[in-house]
Amino acid sequence: MCDTCGCVGSADHFHVAGSVVPVRAGRPVEVLQALLHDNDHQAAHNRTHFAAAGVLVVNLMSAPGAGKTSLLEATIGALHGRLSVAVIEGDLETENDARRIRAAGAQAVQITTGNACHLDADMVHAALHALDLRSVDVLFIENVGNLVCPACFDLGQHRNVVLLSVTEGDDKPEKYPVMFRAADVMLLTKLDLMDAVGDFEPERAKRHLRGLASEASVLEVSARSGVGLDAWIEWLVTEHAARSPAKVTEAAVANA
Amino acid sequence: MRSLQRSITPVHELAICQALLSQVLAVAASRSAGHIGRITLRIGPLAGVEPRLLVTAFPLVAAGTPAEGAILEIENAPVQVRCQVCGSTSDARPNRLLCGTCGAWRVVLLTGDEMLLARVELLDAVPLETEERIHV
Repeated sequence: MCDTCGCVGSADHFHVAGSVVPVRAGRPVEVLQALLHDNDHQAAHNRTHFAAAGVLVVNLMSAPGAGKTSLLEATIGALHGRLSVAVIEGDLETENDARRIRAAGAQAVQITTGNACHLDADMVHAALHALDLRSVDVLFIENVGNLVCPACFDLGQHRNVVLLSVTEGDDKPEKYPVMFRAADVMLLTKLDLMDAVGDFEPERAKRHLRGLASEASVLEVSARSGVGLDAWIEWLVTEHAARSPAKVTEAAVANA
Repeated sequence: MRSLQRSITPVHELAICQALLSQVLAVAASRSAGHIGRITLRIGPLAGVEPRLLVTAFPLVAAGTPAEGAILEIENAPVQVRCQVCGSTSDARPNRLLCGTCGAWRVVLLTGDEMLLARVELLDAVPLETEERIHV
């Protein structure tokens, strides 16, 4: 049914500013293309940049306040001397997070998104110009704190890590299936607060995640106490090794 | 008390509408069409986009373009999974992607996360005899 005038039927008319115009040559054209085709194209271009530089790119997503920046501060400290880290920060209005990252000892580029609720591949591409990728091993993209919008936009990352803090409740994967289905790793954060919260059960969170047909790894960490950081760091090191130029060269030699 | 804080619009549907508009205009331009009559999207519940908000937002981005006044129609894709354990195909709920036959969670999503521009109905278009399907 036509939403404008309530008539029933196919394309026998269309509406321009309230008037009805008879159709002269209305013919359907099949397109069948992803709506975010342009973004996906730019994301693929970003991924080419990352591959050429041998950089592992991790997109961090979560609700606001789940601890993305604290996790990054702890991660930069733990990777010091092993892998060099850079961060692209998406934030609505402030530079606060980028300042924290620089204070922790890593390069940071701030994308101030204004009223936008997510980062897209173009924004990330623009931010890349402010980074020297050749000196970076792991690039984190700290997405805008939001469990809905960022899930739709490919940025060119290799891995999605979704944080779920124990203060949020263990049923978040069931409430936000699109976001949690996108996760390669679900990171349960603020583990040091679990006793105070009382009713967060990691197993239940994991069950909700499996209910989305997700095989994502589940890691438990506390950026404050350092508990669980070792496994997270090992995961990063392994993922980086799989993408470093040395590894690619070895594989090429082995196949030759 | 009224908040003085600037309101934030936490919807990505507006950005998606802008992407939709540029695709639709490209299709229209490729056929030298003056106006767009109807646009059909195919969207699954796991695409992460709210169809109702798209329908609300689209007239805002289409105003003043050949797509102004176009009817935006949305086909809802069902959520269907194929079980990797027992091999059967079944319907599922978006937040409970389990096999309807054996209950296993190791399933592959067959449909339900698509966000596609399916069809555009052009008005005053130059007819093309040979090519029914186009890529922009």
